Amino acid sequence: MQAVTTNDTALSLIDTVVVLGGFPALAGASLEVREGELVALRGANGSGKSTLLRACAGLVPVARGTMRVLGVDLSARRAANSSVMRRHVGLLGHKNGLYADLTARENVQFAARLVGASDKDVDEALARLGIDARVASTRAVSLSAGQRRRTALASLVVRRARLWLLDEPHAGLDSAARVELDAILRDATRAGATVVYTTHEVATPAAPNAAQNTAIVPRTIMLAGGVVASDVQGGGVR
Amino acid sequence: MRRAFVVAKKDLMIEWRSRMLLVRVAPFALLVLVLFAVALDSEPLILRAAAGLVWLAMLFSSLLVVQRAFAIETDDAALDGLLIAAGEPAQVFFGKTIAAFVQLVSLAVLLVAGAIVLYGATVSASNIVLLVTTMLTASLGLASVGTLYGAAVANMNSKDSLLPLLAMPVAAPLLIGASRATEAAFGSQTIDAAAGWAWVALLAVFAVVFVSAGAAAFGTLVEAES
Amino acid sequence: MTNAAATPVSGTATSKGTATTATRLIGAAALALTAFVVVSAFWLTPADAVQGESVRIMYVHVPTAWVAYLAFVVTAITSGFSLARRHRTLGFDRVAGASAEVGVLFMAMTLVTGSLWGRLTWGTFWQWDPRLTTTLFLFVTYVGYLAVRNIDTDPQRRARRSAVIALLAVLEIPLVHFSVVLWRSLHQEASVLNPDGDVRLDGLMLFTLFAGVVAFSLIYVWLVLHRQRLAALADARITTGLDAAIAARRAEAASTSGAGA
Repeated sequence: MQAVTTNDTALSLIDTVVVLGGFPALAGASLEVREGELVALRGANGSGKSTLLRACAGLVPVARGTMRVLGVDLSARRAANSSVMRRHVGLLGHKNGLYADLTARENVQFAARLVGASDKDVDEALARLGIDARVASTRAVSLSAGQRRRTALASLVVRRARLWLLDEPHAGLDSAARVELDAILRDATRAGATVVYTTHEVATPAAPNAAQNTAIVPRTIMLAGGVVASDVQGGGVR
Repeated sequence: MRRAFVVAKKDLMIEWRSRMLLVRVAPFALLVLVLFAVALDSEPLILRAAAGLVWLAMLFSSLLVVQRAFAIETDDAALDGLLIAAGEPAQVFFGKTIAAFVQLVSLAVLLVAGAIVLYGATVSASNIVLLVTTMLTASLGLASVGTLYGAAVANMNSKDSLLPLLAMPVAAPLLIGASRATEAAFGSQTIDAAAGWAWVALLAVFAVVFVSAGAAAFGTLVEAES
Repeated sequence: MTNAAATPVSGTATSKGTATTATRLIGAAALALTAFVVVSAFWLTPADAVQGESVRIMYVHVPTAWVAYLAFVVTAITSGFSLARRHRTLGFDRVAGASAEVGVLFMAMTLVTGSLWGRLTWGTFWQWDPRLTTTLFLFVTYVGYLAVRNIDTDPQRRARRSAVIALLAVLEIPLVHFSVVLWRSLHQEASVLNPDGDVRLDGLMLFTLFAGVVAFSLIYVWLVLHRQRLAALADARITTGLDAAIAARRAEAASTSGAGA
């Protein structure tokens, strides 16, 4: 039903207000993200980053303003098409969303089967995230924090989501894994997905004569007090 | 419905791994049967009450089953991802209801066996079909009601006290119907098999109503973690 | 985006309270009629041949039962409208909530008076007749409904969830009633196991009963009107509170972004 064209708007927020327990976590945020963009969302704790992601995933209602995600208006009183939109959205929150008693592989398989992906896709996703056979057959409850995060990301990869919403995906990963994660995120955007992630980090400066694809700084949106404070386009190496 | 089966299979796989039903819920259910006998302290009375006590124990145990079904989702905030990935909430509802149904039927078998062993209940061959049908329809009704309200309270702070308050009144017709039908199957004087089947019809209506209503209402009632 | 929470649903409430001309008229009528009913119930009508003076409880019990079911129906209908309509969703939801609160009160009264009546007539506090039993389930169900209403802070979300719970109750209550009727029919009891089944009602008694139903209905309406207006004011306060909170948050943003993050 949705025509997938590039340069469509993936996210469009106009004066969006999201209220959590009486508190306006988002107090009138406005931004626009096109499909295929890679966006880093920065801001202090409590600035509304997590809420923004969750609202885009359709998990918290929009109190005021407009929010369109993948063409679906989430701020309408009855967001009837939201289930259609949700299939194309992947959210990775502070928690990983894993089932403790299932192995890493089974967790990813579950995500795959929900969208009809094959076991081959599962193997590819696990390999991409550097999850070897031993880790893959370990129950999630016994995995380390970094392994859990990678498993959760593998689920996202296998679902081929059109919009990736990641809340502090780099947390708990060592530097090699972070570089790998950045590569995965960029691959995803090259494949047409839109990636929005939050981070506390300052972008790692690349070595002056780095040859390959290190640290291309993405578009960075700063949130403060529930509104967009700055929006800097990405570009070259900082 | 494909996605529903994926969800059901996942739930049952987790149950198989963690054996919560075997290790926690089943012993609790049997314990309830034993406690009834202790409290009522009269074998003829217990025998007459056997059917009702079985379904009372089922009602209480179903709360545990449902709470567990949603605990696995809220432990690591998997529910959010599940709602997003599954697309339609109804698929999640059907999937979890199916999984709960399987578990509840197993419990029902266990409890009926418990009533036969502990209370001296008997089932004649002619009543077996009635008994099995009762167990199936009642378990389906219980599974759908439990899944629906379990989802509604899953992410609330007061979930453990609110679930019984919401679900038990709704399950009352189930209790009445299942108890009377099982009573008939156990061979009671007051209720013959034909009346038992009438009660099964009520159970079937209940199951149909709540499976449909649940599918429609699930999306609105289930609340993501906030 | 207009917010229906800002204006009360009907009438114009003064800033001093939730009373309006309408509620004052209704209140006065209710008071007058209730006064008549009290007088008639206790002095004017005769005692029953069989039950004696205890029949007088009927004049309270029957109207409260009627109002309890009326409240249930009103909550169900307004919940349905709240879900189906685009406008005035919150208005319907507030009436649904108010009706449920008042309804729970009347259900409790029904149960207590019914219990007392049974005790006086037959010596037992409780009879498992369908009417009382269903009312008991209705009572518990609505206590649950009110508990759910208190969970959400966002009025829109609260409206949708409670409406769904209320409509599920609409499905449940007939099932419960039907089950209980079938259940009790097994016990071959007198077909109408209500104390008021064997009371012979003559002209004045009938009229008093009818007047009682009307009086209690008026009381119900009066209570619901006030309660839903109170809810409207509370919602309006949330909205204005929200505006202030948004302004404060943006101000905090402006001041911190100047200093950099």
